[in-house]
Order: sequence, then structure tokens, then C-alpha cells
Amino acid sequence: MIIDTNVNLFRWPFRRLPGDDPQGLVTRLRQKGVGQAWAGSFEALLCRDIGGVNLRLAAACREFGKDFLVPFGCVNPKLPDWEEELRRCHEVHRMPGVRLYPGYHGYTLADPELTHLLSLAASRGLMVQIALSMEDPRTQSPMMIVPPTDPTPLADLVPRLPKLRLLLLNAGYWGGHATPEVKEITQANNVYFDMAMNEGIGGLSRLLDTISPERIVFGSHFPFFYFESALLKVKSAGLPRDQEAALYEGNARRLLAGA
Amino acid sequence: MPLDRRTVLKGMAAGILAAGISDPAEGLAELPGIYQRYRIWDVHSHLEALSEATPEERIETLVTHMDRLGIERLILSQGFGDYISHPTPEQMRIENDRVLRAAKRFPDRVYGSVYLTPDHVQESLEEFDRCVKNGPMVCVGEVQTDLRCNHPNLDPIVEHAAALRVPILQHTWLKTMKNDPGESTPYDLVELAKRHPEAQFICGHTGGTWELGIRIIRDVPNISTEIAGSDPTAGFVEMAVRELGAERVIYGSDVGGRSFASQMAKVIGAEIPESAKEKILGGNLRRLLQPILQAKGLPS
Repeated sequence: MIIDTNVNLFRWPFRRLPGDDPQGLVTRLRQKGVGQAWAGSFEALLCRDIGGVNLRLAAACREFGKDFLVPFGCVNPKLPDWEEELRRCHEVHRMPGVRLYPGYHGYTLADPELTHLLSLAASRGLMVQIALSMEDPRTQSPMMIVPPTDPTPLADLVPRLPKLRLLLLNAGYWGGHATPEVKEITQANNVYFDMAMNEGIGGLSRLLDTISPERIVFGSHFPFFYFESALLKVKSAGLPRDQEAALYEGNARRLLAGA
Repeated sequence: MPLDRRTVLKGMAAGILAAGISDPAEGLAELPGIYQRYRIWDVHSHLEALSEATPEERIETLVTHMDRLGIERLILSQGFGDYISHPTPEQMRIENDRVLRAAKRFPDRVYGSVYLTPDHVQESLEEFDRCVKNGPMVCVGEVQTDLRCNHPNLDPIVEHAAALRVPILQHTWLKTMKNDPGESTPYDLVELAKRHPEAQFICGHTGGTWELGIRIIRDVPNISTEIAGSDPTAGFVEMAVRELGAERVIYGSDVGGRSFASQMAKVIGAEIPESAKEKILGGNLRRLLQPILQAKGLPS
């Protein structure tokens, strides 16, 4: 079974995608061998009514993906009353975690409000996913250029939040990077990475070597990316069976179990 | 050396086993079929972003990865270290010698593509003759220097290639922020292609921003497009097939900076007919290369 930790519901603002309706997404993922998918919402990128975004996400997961789609609501610490939204994600929607989009919401990972958010999430036992990017900046709309988020401030932050469970999504620009700041993050036992934007010949093997075979999880960034990209990366890595199984399922299951 | 189809299929089967097909992902039962269903040729590859010291060692790494995904053949272009914006004639020859060495290591898996530069026209024509006319290479490009490809210096090079019916792979990008100095765009390629309707061009990367690139080249029939070297954004190949027809779309990867996996996924994952996938993954490239392969007595 595959646990896909990085899928998105609803419509990407700039393009129609095969699978951008919840039923179509679930059907396609099941056909491709996925047994569970952790879903954020594309609506969260631009909508200010984030409460409505999370309501629709939770409802769609219940209606179209019961026991299959796991909703990860969004909290934007630059919006008023965001602490209440975190509470709703946890207590009302029963979500195991939240997904953040710093690039689209106008803050860096050095922002004090992010520190507060991560601290609250950790105290609630919520997992936090941070999408470091969503799209190659070179191909973005000229009306909306969103650079990838720099994870280096996490080097100071993560040691102060040992109970936090953090999953960095779409870390293509940074995952496996060897600068001292990023290296410190990659070695923290409570920080996981997906591999949707990992690239290059032997890229996945390098990522596993640099970080840890126990802290890389399967993520496709579907439907923005073709799902087969992540799948073929695993197939072409030539991994031992136990490592492949951990990547497909075991690591994500362990990460989720803490929720 | 003639291509031994049985040997290739045997290698693919080994790749399937190495990839662990009967694995925990039981729902992927259909996936192995892709390895045998298609004859996959990759039009765009480099030896760069690999750690091995020699061209022979690097191509061994690439072939190992090709086997795992059932890729039959690579068209190998220049590139071993940092990008050279203004190659000297000597650098051009060094790059081509590396490609020749790599192709010689796996003659049944790799064809070379000659590195030329419009900065040095006469030397480029001589290099074309050394590597293609009188050598084993079968393609031109990836043409990538900081002189845009609508420059008249390209004309004699294109005429030379067209005389032998050798296709030309031209780098193109359309970056939202700004292209690199002298970096070619699909618009530049359209200008060049219209000046040379007898030549066959391949639009490298489809301009990166593919929704623009596809429409820019749409009504220029001697330009095919290739899908390498950008993120595997869904909808790319579907739009290319819709606007250009499956006959003008060609699979390429741009390894080693990119992976075979992410780029093949654009075709394997596309919601298009199987017959279109067969053409894109190899059929179209073999058709474009057929004249030069036939002239050289090489297998296709």
C-alpha cells in the first residue's frame, strides 16, 4: 500500500488539472495503488476565508474519501483569529495536522507568529506540513511570482520544539542540501521530507543518504504533478524492499501515529 | 552494432525485477506493463550532474537507470561540468569527444548528438563533418549558447544538417522572471525554422513554460517539441497532443540534472491514447532519425 502524504483537493488557480474534482482525484489515486492520501486544499493558497476552505476540505474528504483522504487544513498566521482556526482543525474537523503555505501567505520561517503556531500545534499533538514551494518560479504567472520558502530559520526553531512533528513538502530546492543550516534541519529526528520535487539521476538515493531512510515519505504533489513522477522515482532508485516499503508506507504511518 | 531486441527486452526484464515489481504496492500491478509496452527513446540527455570521473563511468550509471525503467536508447548531448556560455572550438571538440567515448561504451544503447555553436561557424561545420558526416553521431544539439537561435550564424549550420536530413535539438526557455543573456526562446526558433522549411527542428523543453511554447510553435510544421527539463506538471502532454498532434511531441528527459522518472511520467501519466504514448516515447524520434540512421546503416 502507498500512503501519499502530498495531494491537493480542488482547483489550481492557474490551470485545470485531471483529478481536480474530489471524486476524480480519489478514483485516480486508488487506480494507481494509493491506499491513503493526505490532502490539503488549493483554495487555501489565495482565500482569506480560511475557515470556509477548511470546512469544504473536511466535507469533501468525508463525502468522497472516507477512510482514504486524510484532511490537512490550513492555518495562516497572518490572518486574524488564526488560533481559533487551529482549534477548529483539531477539535471540530478532527484533522491530524495542518498544512502551511508561507510563500503564498507572506511570511518567512523566521516570523515570530510561525513560532507561536508551531508551538501551539506541538502542544495539541498536531503534525505540521510546510509546503516550501508549489511551482517552479520560472513558470509562474508573471502576475504572481512566489519564490520557494527558505527553511534555514528552522535550524534554530526545531531544537526548541522537540514535540513538534514536521513534514516539509516540495523541498526540491533544499532537500538533501548540505549547507550547515539545512544540514542541521535534515538531521533532526522530528523533521520529515517528502520527495515530490526531488530530482536528478540518483536523486532519491542521495536524499535518503543525506537525511535518513526513516524520515523520507512518499509524496506526489498530485494532481499538480503527474502522480507517476513520484512512483517512477521510487522504481528507478533500485531500493532494498524494506526501504521501499518504509518509503511507501511505514514512515508515514509512524509519523501519523504520533497524531 | 545491430540492436538485438531480445537482449534489450532481457535487460528490461532485469530492470523490472530490480525495481521490485511484486511489491507492497500491489495496486501497481499494471505499471510493469509500461516497460514492455513501449520502445522508449530519449532525445535529450547529458553526462552532467553525475559524480563519476569519466564519460564511460557516467554512461554506465545512466544505462543502469535506463534499465530500471525500460529505456531502450539515449540521444546523448554535450555537458559534463558547468554550462559553457561561449565555448571555444577546442571546448566544442572536447565535449564531442566525451560523447563519442560514452556512445562507444554502449553502441546499442546510445547515439551521440553533436555540439555546435553559432559563435564559431566554420569550426562548427568542420565538427559536424567529423562527428556526423564522417562519424557515428546522428543528431545536432542540444544547441545552447548565449547567442539566440534566430541569429544568421545559425543558417549555414542548419543548411549543413538539413543536407543530411539530421534533426536539430534547440534549447529554448521562456522564464517568467527573465531569460539568461542570449538564451533562445520558442519565438526565436520559429524565426529560424521558417527560414529553413526543409530542416527538422526539435523545440527543447517546449520553452519550459509549455502553455506558451506549444502555442508559439503550433503552426510551424517543421518544429516538433520535446518535453524534457521542467517539472512534471500535469496537463503538459495532453495540451501538446491537442494542439500539435501526437506526431509532433517527443519524449526527452534532460538527465542527469533531471531524472528519467519525472520526465517519463509526463507521458506515462498523461490521459491520452496508448497509440499517442507509443509515438511520443519513441516512434516520432525514430521517424525523424530514420534518414540518417538508414544512411549510416544503423538500427532504428
